[in-house]
Parts: sequence; structure tokens; C-alpha cells
Amino acid sequence: METSLLPGEAPVKEETPFRRFVSEFAESKLALIGLAMLLLVLTVAILAPVISPQNPYDLGQIDLMDSKLAPGEKAPSDKVYLLGTDDQGRDMLSAIFYGLRISLGVGIASTVVAVIIGLTFGLMAAYFGGWVDTLIMRVVDIQLSFPAILLALILLAVFGQGVDKVIIALITVQWAYYARTVRASALVERQKEYVEAARVLSLSKPRILFKHLLPNCLPPLIVVATVQVAHAISLEATLSFLGLGLPITEPSLGLLISNGFTYLMSGKYWISFYPGLALLVTIMSINLVADQLRDVLNPRLKK
Amino acid sequence: MLAYTLRRLTQSGFVLLVMAMLVFLGVYAIGNPIELLVNPQADEVERMRATVALGLDKPLHVQFGAFLKGALSGDLGRSFVFGVPALELILSKMPATIELAVVATMMAVLLGIPLGLVAGLKPDSFIGRSIMAGSIVGFSLPTFWVGLVLIMFFSVYLGWLPSNGRGETVSLLGVQVSFLTWDGLQHLFMPALNLALFKLSLLIRLTRAQTREALLQDYVKFARAKGLSASRVIGVHVLKNIMIPIVTVIGLEFGSVIAFAIVTESIFAWPGTGKLLIDSINQLDRPVIVAYLMVIVLLFIVINFVVDIVYSYLDPRVRLGQSAGAGH
Repeated sequence: METSLLPGEAPVKEETPFRRFVSEFAESKLALIGLAMLLLVLTVAILAPVISPQNPYDLGQIDLMDSKLAPGEKAPSDKVYLLGTDDQGRDMLSAIFYGLRISLGVGIASTVVAVIIGLTFGLMAAYFGGWVDTLIMRVVDIQLSFPAILLALILLAVFGQGVDKVIIALITVQWAYYARTVRASALVERQKEYVEAARVLSLSKPRILFKHLLPNCLPPLIVVATVQVAHAISLEATLSFLGLGLPITEPSLGLLISNGFTYLMSGKYWISFYPGLALLVTIMSINLVADQLRDVLNPRLKK
Repeated sequence: MLAYTLRRLTQSGFVLLVMAMLVFLGVYAIGNPIELLVNPQADEVERMRATVALGLDKPLHVQFGAFLKGALSGDLGRSFVFGVPALELILSKMPATIELAVVATMMAVLLGIPLGLVAGLKPDSFIGRSIMAGSIVGFSLPTFWVGLVLIMFFSVYLGWLPSNGRGETVSLLGVQVSFLTWDGLQHLFMPALNLALFKLSLLIRLTRAQTREALLQDYVKFARAKGLSASRVIGVHVLKNIMIPIVTVIGLEFGSVIAFAIVTESIFAWPGTGKLLIDSINQLDRPVIVAYLMVIVLLFIVINFVVDIVYSYLDPRVRLGQSAGAGH
């Protein structure tokens, strides 16, 4: 092994698929900024109870006298709230931290379940073909011919409010995308020699499905899922804003924005502006990361 | 062709029936609207009378049967709140929604195609990159938040534009429209821009991708080799060829513009069908919810049907692939 070991120079490392992936991802500065923002948002969401100046939903900690203070304005109680307070005297910064937690939690949880459901149906459609395929894809086609927001509205008009109901609605509108994506890539992969080899070895069907087909269908799925997390968060915020999403006891960012909307016309912009900004940063950072993931994981774009 | 059309028509009818069932059963499973409709001080007798008058005492399948029978003759029930036929109520709000959707689509087309063309012709220039960055932002921004920021800036901070309602309307061929009066235009601008933004980003991306692809084609090389001017090559040869997919997408997306109008109308208090839907959901005005959903589902089914038929006419592979029964 001959590696140049001049001072300050790292030994040349062997190229592994993972390292290649990392270095290709890092080619875009914008994607790196997105990733940094995303990590920041995730950290804030996870650590919300620790880093928030107050627990905005503990009535003992909020003071009605401090309500509707502008950012940085000195309160009667001598406290200064960085991003102001809402109509209940809640610190907006803390409310946003807690809201991020709920928004991200709902978005990620629904996406994970939808991915699993979509993956299962997509693989089944591609592997079994015939009437199974026709049935599944017909349902997918019909569902995808309606916009997600309309389906989600119908479902929530039916179910009513609640975290579980919002998650169910988000899963229902999302799974079809994954089923379609997985089916498309599984159909291509199925024709390849390694699957034929596995068949010749007379491996069991589940083993071929899950050990051979599945890992090779993952890259496009990861891209779609990343974009969909952003969509799910945005959709949840929209539904909550319209008053059909999360209940007032689970204040996501959308609900905070909706609450501030009432005060917008009287110039108290901060109650809805800053939660909106947090929502925007979250969605943007996910989209930036997803954009670069798509370029890196798409073999067609390789030079 | 006829066989394909018939099969597609049957499928559309089936989807409509399934959606009707889902919507009806779903919507009728929520809450008891009597609680909201009858004076809280009303006694049991009065409540019973109201329940019977609205047909809410009958079993669900009887209600659904009556609903289907009525729906086929254009009767989707009476609004609990307004006391007028639900369908009439929705159709009376329809012009406002259509006007908003059409103006928004026009904004998206008039801005999106030129911007996408520029981004496609000069993908690596500063302008091309800025346009694409802008479209990513446009995709990321939730519609309702953009609406808030617009109100904050134009209505609260600058005080230039009104933030709610349709403004002054005039009658055009018996339909009330806003875009012909100065006041109406002022009211229309922000909601239309808000609704247009997402489609604008979509059109920029689509036009850019199509343009880049078209530039590599032989007919463009040939046109250039003939010595045609750049503006003629782009304006005639490129633009003409990229318009087919773009027009298809604009057509397909029109339904989704109407669906997204629900959000925009709620923010700007635009008195269209979307606002009516949200108000009705909050007031549990079931016949209106069901009627709205049926109208919009029908709209989508018709749009998809027309697009499919036109497509199969243009591209025989679609209908041949379908009749062979091979899904892949």
C-alpha cells in the first residue's frame, strides 16, 4: 500500500458506494445548505422541551398580561419575548418549537406508514402481475386522478378532527404515489439477470421479493418519499389552517398560523408570520435535499 | 375506438358511483346536524319534527337510495342552513370560482411559459438559474402562507389592495364578474396571484424541460442549418412542438386549480364554491358538502375522460395497450 503521507494530507481512501454517494451529494452547495437547515430543524423539534424558553401549553408558565406583545417588546412582567407573544401571552418562539415537533412528527409518521403500504402493494402488483396488478393499479390511477388536498378534505370532513385522523388521511392520500413508483422500478428490475438467477436457484418467492427485488427498488422510492414528507407537512398545515386538521390541543405550525390570521389585519403580523417562516424553512430544506438526492440516485443523469 | 370509449365511459360511471357512495356514507356518518340547526332551547317534540322534516330519521340505505334517485334528476337535497336546493347554491357560487381559476391559470401561463423558455434556452446562465431557484421556492411555499404574506404586504403594510370579497361586479351575459370593474380587478389580483403561484412553478419546470429536450431534436438542428433566425427557430419550431404537452398539463391541472381554490377562497373570503365548502363543513351542512363534492368529482371525471379519449385518439398505443389487458 503506497499512499502519500505528507503532513496535512489524508491517506487516499478506497471508494465505496457510500463515499461516492456522499461526495456526489456534497457537490451542490445548495443541497448542503438545505441539509444543514434540515438538521437544525430536526434538532430543534426533538429538543423543543429542553431549549424552549417556556412550555407554551403549561398554563402556569404563561401570563395573560403579556399577550400580543411585539417581538422584542418589553412585557409588564419585565420579560422580553424574542418573537413576541400570541393572544394568550404565549411565547411565539416556544410555540414554534413545539409546533415544529408536531408538524414534523405527523409528516414523518404518515410518510413512513404510507411508504410501507405503498411498497407492499407496488411490489405485489409488479411481481404477481395479472389481475392483482390490474386491480391495484386501477385503484392507484383513480386515486391519483384527484388532487391530494381534495381527498384529504373529504376524509377529514368525514372523520372529524384529531391527530390520528389527520395521519390516516395523509397516509391515504400518499400511498398510491409509492405503489406506482415501486411497481415501475420493480417491473424493470424483474427483467434483470440477478432475479432470473435467484429463480433458477429456486429461492422462495418472499425471499426473491424482499431480499433481491426490494433493495433495488429503494433509490427512486427514497426520492419520492423525501419530497412527500414536505408535501405531507404542507398539506397538514393547510388542513389545520382551514380548521379541519389538528385539534387546538395539538398546535402544529398550521394551527399557529391560523390563530394569528385573526390578528393579521390589525398589524400583529408576528403571530402568524414566524410560524409560517418556520414552516417554509422546513419545507424548503427538505425540497433542497430531495432535489439533490434525485440527481445523485438517478443513474440516467450520470455522466 | 368506440369499444375503448365505451369501456372508459363505464369505468367513469363506476368511479362516480363509488365516489358518491363514499362521500354520502362518509359525510352522513358525522355528527348530528340537528344539534346545530334547531334552537338549543327547543324541546324534544320540536327536535323530532325537524329530524323527520329533513328525512334524518330514516335508515342510512334508504337515505342513500333517495339521494341517488334525486342526484340523477339533478336534485342533491336542500341546504340545512340556507333552505335552498344545494345544487342551486353551488351553481350560484360557481362563476366566482371559475373566474378566479381562469384568471389564475392565465397568469400562470402568461408568466410561466416565457420564463420556462428562457430557463430552458440558457440553463446555465444566472437568469436561468434564478428562474429555477424561484420555481423551487414557488413549489415549497404553502399556498395559504403566500396568501397571508400577500395580505400582510399589500393590504396591511401598503394598504393598496383590499383583502376580502369580490368587490364590485357587473353582469356579463347574465353572470356576475369582477374583472370588468376597477374595484373588482383590485379584489381579484391577490387571490388570483396566490392561486397561480404553484401552477406557475409547475409550468416553468415543464416548459424548461420540454425546451431543453426540443433543442436536441433534429428538426431544430435542421432549422438552424437552413439559416433561420434564432427567434424564428424558437418562436415557431420549438414553441409549437413543446405546446402539446404543455396544453395537456394545463387542461389536466384546471381541476386541481379549482380544488386549490378552496384554500385561496378561504383566505381572501372570495365568495366562491371553496369557501362555501369550508363554511358548510364547519356548519355540518351535509347536503351542501355532498353536492359540492359530487360536482367537483364529476368535473374531475369529465376532465380525465376527455383527456384520455383525446390521448388515445392521438396515440393508438394507449388504447391497444389497454385492450390487450396487459398492465405492463
